[in-house]
Amino acid sequence: MKKLLIYMKKFRKECISAPLFKLLEATFELFVPLIVAAIIDNGIDGKSKSFIISMGLLLPALAAVGLLCSVTAQFFAAKAAIGFCTDLRAALLKKIQSFSYTVLDTLGVSGLITRMTSDINQIQTGVNLSLRLLLRSPFVVFGAMIMAFTIDTRCALIFAGVIVLLCAVVFSIMLASIPKYRKVQAELDGVTGTVRENLAGVRVLRAFCREEEQIRTFDRRSEKLLGLQINAGKLSALMNPLTLIIINAAVIILLQSGAIRVASGSLTQGQVVALYNLMAQILVELIKMANLFITITKSLACADRVAAVMQLDSGAHGGKKLPANGSPCGSVEFKNVSFEYKNAGAEALFDISFFAKPGQTVGIIGGTGSGKSTLVNLVPNFYSAAKGQVLIDGVNADDYDRAALLSAVSVVPQKAVLFEGTIRSNLLMGNPNASEAELFAALETAQAAEIVRTKPQGIDEPVLRGGSNFSGGQKQRLSIARALVHGGRILILDDSASALDFATDAKLRAAIRKLSPAPTTFIVSQRAASVMFADFIIVLDEGRAVGHGTHEELLRNCAVYREIYASQFPDEAAKLNVPNNTPEGGAAK
Amino acid sequence: MSKNGFNEKTKSAHSKKLRFTLDSVGRGTAAELLRRLKPYRFKFALSLGLSLVYVFLTLLIPVLAGKIIDCIIGAGRVDFAEIAPLLLKLGAAAAGAALAQWLVSLCNNSITYGCVRDIRAEAFRRVQKLPLAYFDSHPAGETVSRMLSDADQLADGLLMGFSQLFTGIMTIIGTLVFMLTVNPLITLVVVAVTPLSLAVASFISKRTYSMFRKQNETRGEQTALIDEFIGEQKLIRAFSYETRAEERFNAVNEKLQKFSLRAVFFSSLTNPCTRFVNAVIYAGVAVSGAFSVLAGGLTVGGLSAFLSYANQYTKPFNEISGVITELQGAFACAAGLFELINTPAEVDAAAAPNPAQRNEKAESTGNISFRNVCFSYTPGTELIRDFSLEVKSGMRVAIVGPTGCGKTTLINLLMRFYDVNSGEILIDGVETRSMPRHELRKKFGMVLQETWLQAGTVRQNIAMGRPQAAENEIIAAAKACHAHGFIMRLPKGYDTVLDEAGGSLSQGQKQLLCIARVMLLNPPMLILDEATSSIDTRTELLVQDAFAKLMHGRTSFIVAHRLSTVREADIILVMRSGRIVESGTHDELLRADGFYKKLYESQFAR
Repeated sequence: MKKLLIYMKKFRKECISAPLFKLLEATFELFVPLIVAAIIDNGIDGKSKSFIISMGLLLPALAAVGLLCSVTAQFFAAKAAIGFCTDLRAALLKKIQSFSYTVLDTLGVSGLITRMTSDINQIQTGVNLSLRLLLRSPFVVFGAMIMAFTIDTRCALIFAGVIVLLCAVVFSIMLASIPKYRKVQAELDGVTGTVRENLAGVRVLRAFCREEEQIRTFDRRSEKLLGLQINAGKLSALMNPLTLIIINAAVIILLQSGAIRVASGSLTQGQVVALYNLMAQILVELIKMANLFITITKSLACADRVAAVMQLDSGAHGGKKLPANGSPCGSVEFKNVSFEYKNAGAEALFDISFFAKPGQTVGIIGGTGSGKSTLVNLVPNFYSAAKGQVLIDGVNADDYDRAALLSAVSVVPQKAVLFEGTIRSNLLMGNPNASEAELFAALETAQAAEIVRTKPQGIDEPVLRGGSNFSGGQKQRLSIARALVHGGRILILDDSASALDFATDAKLRAAIRKLSPAPTTFIVSQRAASVMFADFIIVLDEGRAVGHGTHEELLRNCAVYREIYASQFPDEAAKLNVPNNTPEGGAAK
Repeated sequence: MSKNGFNEKTKSAHSKKLRFTLDSVGRGTAAELLRRLKPYRFKFALSLGLSLVYVFLTLLIPVLAGKIIDCIIGAGRVDFAEIAPLLLKLGAAAAGAALAQWLVSLCNNSITYGCVRDIRAEAFRRVQKLPLAYFDSHPAGETVSRMLSDADQLADGLLMGFSQLFTGIMTIIGTLVFMLTVNPLITLVVVAVTPLSLAVASFISKRTYSMFRKQNETRGEQTALIDEFIGEQKLIRAFSYETRAEERFNAVNEKLQKFSLRAVFFSSLTNPCTRFVNAVIYAGVAVSGAFSVLAGGLTVGGLSAFLSYANQYTKPFNEISGVITELQGAFACAAGLFELINTPAEVDAAAAPNPAQRNEKAESTGNISFRNVCFSYTPGTELIRDFSLEVKSGMRVAIVGPTGCGKTTLINLLMRFYDVNSGEILIDGVETRSMPRHELRKKFGMVLQETWLQAGTVRQNIAMGRPQAAENEIIAAAKACHAHGFIMRLPKGYDTVLDEAGGSLSQGQKQLLCIARVMLLNPPMLILDEATSSIDTRTELLVQDAFAKLMHGRTSFIVAHRLSTVREADIILVMRSGRIVESGTHDELLRADGFYKKLYESQFAR
């Protein structure tokens, strides 16, 4: 929380002015019962019409000054709260963009989005209300008590007692109901989970005729939720009636003792009316304060969540030994590289070594979870190797300036993502200065030119949110084109052709090989067909390189590769049955 | 210019139409709501009655206090004998009001939460009966938020809003009546100034409405950016897009700051302004009251009562304007919920009345015929036209083709997730549309691409199709598909609890559980819909054996985009953009030298 206050510094003036003007307004309000008392005691008892009229004019005048103060206060409060949260949002985005992949993985996307949106909005409401009311309500309550003291000490003691009692009741009910509402929230999450699961598995559930059972499960949870809600509601339903009783009990005592004091001549009738009105003001303020308290607790919880993110170490080690001069020519070497994800039990990669010359194509194949994506993520130093070295043109990836290294590597991630905008704006993400010709060349190579040609607005065709107006295969090809526009000397295709049919996949690979200068290309795939023509293939199995060589070599000496190949090409594999068979047998069609 | 004018015209016509439909929808929604409130009508009546009591008593308190004050005139002029019973009355009134308020809260809680529970239950039941087309066209998140947050908002907004509206109006009427009985003249002063307060409030809310709309639009724009920038942060990183992202974000952020400041500041003027108007009313009451006291038309106590009325009289007006916005929100939520509840359910055939016929079905042989089947998801774009196929018992039918060509469509028709437009599908000679869906679906075992597991234990997941299955049957099914070994290695064996995502199981292991699930059912027919495409080919080899066992002797349909998995099929249907373009065995199709051959060979193209 304290960490966030530095963003408030800019608005120090507003933060002081807002409550100050609020207090002024409250002070004017507190004078009202006194004026009414004066009207009764001096005006009515003294039968002075002119006094009544002058006092009657004083009331709206006070209110008008109060209004002015309050408008000023609202403005400063809104300005401070909104300005603070605008700055906080920008700072949070900057912070998030500085996080290393490892930190991003631990935080999770949805949590970060919530912090940027609803959490900060809640903070804004909290700050705004706090500046306006946090001081005002207690001030009015205690001010009313002090006013009461100026009227009559003995009666004012009743005020003191009531305030203590009310605070005790209000806060104890609130504290007692918080855990109950937490339980309600948890059960509500449970019901949500049931519905979500039901919708996700709708096909399977229908196929297995489980509808009735699902209804029973849902009803059970729903009934439990109802019970918890009623239970929590019972407690908080006590709050208002209890306040009502306490205040009125105080009124009774006040009137009784007031009557005695008036009888003895130490108090006037008008003063009793004033005391009674002050009591009413306390009631109104207490209700406001209880509501404010709920908002502030919520906002504080949100602020803590945001602060927790702001405090995190970004986890990025800024090596900048190499200035962004001549771009690398694209050799990649792994020397005994091992890597382990944070909080993971086992190493995701273990002792990987290879050397790729500029322009070579490296195939990486293996089962799900064998470490293929991890390996290629180490090349642009998205994650940095725990042991061993990743060398780009002989320089350790850790030592590169981040931007310089990234400009040398073009990545096509597993999940093809397009941003809202146009095809052009997406392609330009890769390189804002690319020429029209470069864009079209990239589209041709990525086998995506045909997509653009079929769109009525061509390259300026709008891309909807999440690229929802493009098919999976189209998105893959366009994201490949984007990487090509980026123009790095190292190209990473992380299972990026999975939605393409075999023929298009083959054309794509051929086009990339024809690029001049040809990028050093990493092709990650589960398909043997996609990697079999690579200069060499690394076969991964549970993080270890169990094979390293050309297709033909691996068929001879790598059992895992043979299995993969056999599972996809049973006929050809059968012909290769003898390990020393000549490799021409299968593939040359 | 002319284009703009045209746009304006269509926009206004559109909004008029929208308002019209909203209106008629609103009326329907209200009727629907009232129907659902019916079980609670007694509690509802009780709540309203008690609210009346509460309003009456709280209004009585200032009158009593005023009477007491009248007994306290000055030194030596205090009528203690008169005060004592009045104090008692005041205490009783306060206690009564508190009791009534407490009971109203309890009633309202029970109505609100109960009603939401009912509507949710109704919605959930309807969801179980909606055609699959609904789920394919509505994102799950939308349905979830309708059933949960919308239902909550409906309850809060509508029921609480209604009771607040009722208490508010009653308070206004009650106050007026009380004031009239005490002093009609001063009441007139109060009533005359009231419209001022309302006018100020509505003036401000009208002005701020458009500011809030702009704020919300900008906020939506910003949220979209945040979604993209944070959701795809790694991609942004890969293209060094961070600075450009920040620039775009900050532009929107500053715009939002501007609009927010306007909206928040101007809307926050409502309270001070109405407070000011209230103060004016208060002053008017004080002055005119004091003159009445002087003229003898009012006592000091009466004035005191008037002053506290003047304080609380205007409060309900402010509340009511808040309640109305809440009601509007609640109505919007209700309309969405009822739209879901009123989506037509699938019509299901009644269970066959003829026991002989039923018997025949129980020993299904697995002969399936498609006769002149036509189907389209959206009218106008026909997917399957005049498709006929005879599948003999025990045959293995494979459906292949590029991604997105509609392979799953045939399965959807077979399981009646969707119904054919014309033509018919017969199983053992019986038209599938003439049998209840459950009866039909129990004939099939299905393994899908998404290995969907339920939150629950491994045992529960395997026994999903047959919850009453014996332990040894479950274990036998698991053993048959090589799942027993890894299950026993789990921390608690068959009692290991899996979460929604399947916990720490690998894709292959999850798929094995899905196969065991079908194995236990022992269905006469089998559907494998891309069952192996999410697992790698080596793991597939492990599950292949399980599949082989499963398919043995059963009529099976296998959907695949990996051709290696379908070569043994008795018949391969080759689909291309929704049509079946070729059919035959693997060898026949290769000889035919058509699309299948091209697909097959593209695996080896350089």
